[in-house]
Amino acid sequence: MYQYDQIDRQLVTERVAQFRDQTRRYLAGQLSEDDFRSLRLRNGLYIQKHAPMLRVSIPYGLLSSDQLRMFARIAREFDKGYGHFTTRQNIQYNWPKLETVPDILALLASVEMHAIQTSGNCIRNVTADHLAGVAPDEIEDPRPWCEYIRQWATLHPEFSFLPRKFKIAVTGSPQDRAASKVHDIGLHLVRNAAGEIGFEVLVGGGLGRTPMIGHVIREFLPKRDLLGYLEAVLRVYNLEGRRDNIHKARIKILVKAVGPQKFREMVEAEWQASRDTAPQFNAAEIGRIAAFFQPPVYESLTDRAQSEIVAGKPNEFRQWYTRNTKKHKVSGYRVTYVSLKSPTRPPGDITAEELDRVADLADRYSLGKIRSTHDQNLIFADVKQEELFAVWQQLKALDLAPPNVGTLTDMICCPGLDFCSLANASSIPIAKQINDRFDDIDYLYDLGDIELKMSGCMNACGHHTVGHIGILGVDKSGEEWYQITLGGSASGLDAAIGQVIGPSVPYADVAATIERILDVYVEKRDDGERFIDTFRRIGMAPFKARVYVAPSHQAA
Amino acid sequence: MLRRLIKQRELVTDEWRYAEEDPLGRERALILPFARWKEERERWWLWDGKLGVRLGPTDPVAALEHDFLRIALVAIEFGGLGEGRGYSQAHLLRKRYKFTGELRAVGKIQRDQLFYMARCGFDAFELPETANVDEALGAFDDFSVAYQPAVDDGLALKRRAV
Repeated sequence: MYQYDQIDRQLVTERVAQFRDQTRRYLAGQLSEDDFRSLRLRNGLYIQKHAPMLRVSIPYGLLSSDQLRMFARIAREFDKGYGHFTTRQNIQYNWPKLETVPDILALLASVEMHAIQTSGNCIRNVTADHLAGVAPDEIEDPRPWCEYIRQWATLHPEFSFLPRKFKIAVTGSPQDRAASKVHDIGLHLVRNAAGEIGFEVLVGGGLGRTPMIGHVIREFLPKRDLLGYLEAVLRVYNLEGRRDNIHKARIKILVKAVGPQKFREMVEAEWQASRDTAPQFNAAEIGRIAAFFQPPVYESLTDRAQSEIVAGKPNEFRQWYTRNTKKHKVSGYRVTYVSLKSPTRPPGDITAEELDRVADLADRYSLGKIRSTHDQNLIFADVKQEELFAVWQQLKALDLAPPNVGTLTDMICCPGLDFCSLANASSIPIAKQINDRFDDIDYLYDLGDIELKMSGCMNACGHHTVGHIGILGVDKSGEEWYQITLGGSASGLDAAIGQVIGPSVPYADVAATIERILDVYVEKRDDGERFIDTFRRIGMAPFKARVYVAPSHQAA
Repeated sequence: MLRRLIKQRELVTDEWRYAEEDPLGRERALILPFARWKEERERWWLWDGKLGVRLGPTDPVAALEHDFLRIALVAIEFGGLGEGRGYSQAHLLRKRYKFTGELRAVGKIQRDQLFYMARCGFDAFELPETANVDEALGAFDDFSVAYQPAVDDGLALKRRAV
């Protein structure tokens, strides 16, 4: 993974000093509430319901065990002993004190981390496929490009005060595991007819109250033009994006207003006009970065069949192997999920003790590295097949091995009303309600791959609009109600925005409503057909008819 | 009243006047609003004083393309920390149109923007009268390193060549 040199180290150190001074001036009354707000957000610091919330950047979701241990220390010393992984591969702390944040940032800097641009109207953490470098279907590892973009975007003098936040995701596989089509910019490493690798560029995707799928504005961008072209997109947005209404300020609104074709022409014109003055491609620098992402030295092992790996082991291990591990591109290894979706925990949450133990396990079994995923789990990317059973036993002891990855209860969930000052309704108690109702693992396996995503407000941090089943919390005269959408998808060629099934349902009825929806699926599905595919085939009507049937009819 | 401003990292007294402060241009250094410059361009071109133009966030820099021989100063208006168009306007002035005159940030600006502004090519800053100028002067040294190329290339910043 990328290692800081003197320049990187100096930059984060100076950033800590800058923020320490800003905090001092604010506390001394020399910096207005509004001005400090804009500045603290650039360091990931929100003021939330109960306390400030600090979001720490995990560039493209890659962590060392020492960094994970630092998360544990921060959780222990500055928070209430836990952290929460987010849908953009970052971690959040919900209880730090404002005046201690500069000290937290200093500790992060000591392990080559920061909270720069994890919030605010600037270019946010660049995210990537969580299987980067180990996925068998990969064209090229996207992470060197993520790091290249990270550096370019960090404290970018021209693009640090944009109309609104700006998110970039990069993938290197045909299968999109980074939700790149719902990012402001999605970059796909692709191969052209001549066999060269470059980028397909999508712009204008996003979630929030106006969810949209991004549009391809460049089918093939040579690698050498990457930063110059990104600058052209950002400059058009910075100058032309709306600033009069926070809800109309994302780039997706601009792309929609002028139309994708016209937007593409605007970017192309800006790019042609700025070619001479744009950042020039620096092969030595991308080479320096790429060297940090060379594949590790794998042992030469033979692939074992599943039957061999699970032979003589408990059934639960077999289940875990099937759901929570994935194929690795190197034989004898397996990608292994550390599930943060046990029914006993709020989705994405992890305690300081667990963080420490996960770090130890990573050191012992997975080359000392951990990844965070956009669906709020962790990954050991490089586990030897022969050690899977030992890993499972230890993860199970930590309640980090519920065999539910990819199933209904592997849900994405925002912090909701329990923590967030934007939320209209709770998310975490609804997750619990769903976990309580769907506690039969055989039923979950029978349902198969299904994505349930839940947000406590229309800002959509829980990605509900791209869930196969989405749940959105709404406030109705002080009561928590939930609107349900079906048919959304964040991934791959079939990314789509979900459709609202009908009127929202009360708090107590959410899990029961989901069950009725699933009943329709189970009745109507063809053999081996996923929920999303059944929905696409039969449409909304059968689901709607069942969900809104009057109770008396139901009984009859 | 004499106005103080930061120019090339020093506190100086402003030699320029805005049109509303000096309607007749007695001081021979006048900053006109963009709209007025476009309207009265011919007349001011022949005037014998120094001329500046003040751009609002929506005024297109490209409209000045043929004026840089005459204009010695461009002032760019900021409406607060949330207003970011001025950074791109400055970038275009310096990089695309090779403007070499004074580039001044005006309006609601404050210390924490100065580092970014300087990197986009601003060399003059009209801070509010209440601002702590000594503290503001320190802002240019908030960072001694930078990752990306900008207008200030070749200055003291140690830069990574992305």
